[in-house]
Amino acid sequence: MKILVPVKRVVDYNVKVRIKPDGSGVDIANVKMSMNPFDEIAVEEAIRLREKGIATEVVAVSCGIAACQETLRNALALGADRAILVETDAELQPLAVAKLLKALVDKEAPRLVILGKQAIDDDANQTGQMLAGLLGWAQATSASKVEIAAADAAEMTVKREIDGGLETMQVKLPAIITTDLRLNEPRYATLPNIMKAKKKPLDTVKPDALGVDVTPRLATLKVAEPAKRRGGGKVADVQELVAKLRNEAKVI
Amino acid sequence: MTILVIAEHDHTAIKGGTLNAIAAAQKIGGDIHVLVAGHNAAPAAQAAAQIAGVAKVLHADAPHLAGHTAENLAALVVSVAGGYDCIMAAATGFGKNVSPRIAALLDVAQVSEIVEVVAPDTFVRPIYAGNGLATVQAKDAKKVITVRATGFDAVAATGGSAAVESVAATPDTGLSNVTGQELSKSDRPELTAARIVVSGGRGVGNAENFHKLLEPLAAKLNAALGASRAAVDAGFVPNDYQVGQTGKIVAPDLYIAVGISGAIQHLAGMKDSKVIVAINKDADAPIFQIADYGLVADLFEAVPALIAELG
Repeated sequence: MKILVPVKRVVDYNVKVRIKPDGSGVDIANVKMSMNPFDEIAVEEAIRLREKGIATEVVAVSCGIAACQETLRNALALGADRAILVETDAELQPLAVAKLLKALVDKEAPRLVILGKQAIDDDANQTGQMLAGLLGWAQATSASKVEIAAADAAEMTVKREIDGGLETMQVKLPAIITTDLRLNEPRYATLPNIMKAKKKPLDTVKPDALGVDVTPRLATLKVAEPAKRRGGGKVADVQELVAKLRNEAKVI
Repeated sequence: MTILVIAEHDHTAIKGGTLNAIAAAQKIGGDIHVLVAGHNAAPAAQAAAQIAGVAKVLHADAPHLAGHTAENLAALVVSVAGGYDCIMAAATGFGKNVSPRIAALLDVAQVSEIVEVVAPDTFVRPIYAGNGLATVQAKDAKKVITVRATGFDAVAATGGSAAVESVAATPDTGLSNVTGQELSKSDRPELTAARIVVSGGRGVGNAENFHKLLEPLAAKLNAALGASRAAVDAGFVPNDYQVGQTGKIVAPDLYIAVGISGAIQHLAGMKDSKVIVAINKDADAPIFQIADYGLVADLFEAVPALIAELG
């Protein structure tokens, strides 16, 4: 089966972002950008399924500006076979991305789409579920284990992380999986694979060509800095700590 | 304005987060209806009818609604969505799973994890692990919203007397089936509802230490137990202990971080706690920058001493 893996270019998880002084958004100029960490897990899972002989081809997809090509090259270096960039300078919100991905699914006919459960920039946690809804497919979100018996399997078993622990589901294919942290530990791209990735096919398509209207449905009116905590207080020992919690903070 | 809140329940009782979602719905204003979908969940529907501020309870009963799968639940919600201006759920694992599917089926945007209602169409939500607070206006006529529980004080679980109305279940989509659950068993209070949380990080060392050191402390304080991502990834405790950007968001009166360095993604899950205590032997650990009371000490000595001092 073919697997589609959408990947998002986001501010690297180690960067402490700054809010623009005019409140118009987050300052991402000259900031290190990386593949969304949950998407790395998605790419890894797809590659493992190909290595096991379940998947025949892994296609990485990204939606956004031309620089998303770097993110796709990274996916190719990790082992994806080819890549598609849906290129636009427009602001893309989860519903628009889900519609773009649906259009690609209609063209590429994968039996599985594996996405990160959320992107660490907008923290929306929406795209996978939306895509599943638009396609009328089953969804297995926050997956921590995926078992597919054969390439032509009619269904798969997925363990999901839920609030109280874990849940096991039987899921009909084709389907959507969104990844949680414990699904796997992504590999690093080796230098030879990074070189090889430069020669792998990367196609570009525009939203118009896919017939998708990406107009945002949410208007961001402003972005503000959260109230700062006045931390940094220290206590010398356990006795002082307990005394302060009892008499000053009055929380015990 | 009529608002539908999708209840999260265990077929007997309504889960806490739903009460916070109803509180957010009250801020938006209008008639509030609650949907209880399940199988043999009449007790939960009755419980929902008691919640303060609820005008009506919709109760759907069918065997294929028992597992709360997103596919079947979303289909049901869409079948009743015509009568509502706004569809809401708590931003718990349950709500995050089903709500975006509903939004997509209705062709509307979802506003995720709101922490404040500015106007009936305008909300504040955290982005970048809570390092930014975005004010967003939803332009779709119908709105789908998930609610971060820590942003709204729960409404009272009793005091209401809403009518319970049966609604027809939509057919089984047959797409997925819940075949098993492994739920963590604990005598401790639930993490997102506890007044005090004791959390352990990588510094605790291993699973045995985690239980030997932190459980007695949590027991002494009647606290819930949490953990950093590092501790969960290392297998000290199960995934449902994780506090952080992609785990649980908590805001207890007292949060005690033991052997936690304070990565951005962890702080995102607990920095709205009223009082934060950090115990760490590394004086430069970022957790101290947000802690009200920092104790630079070896946790293996400090935690037993703390238990003794609490008496």
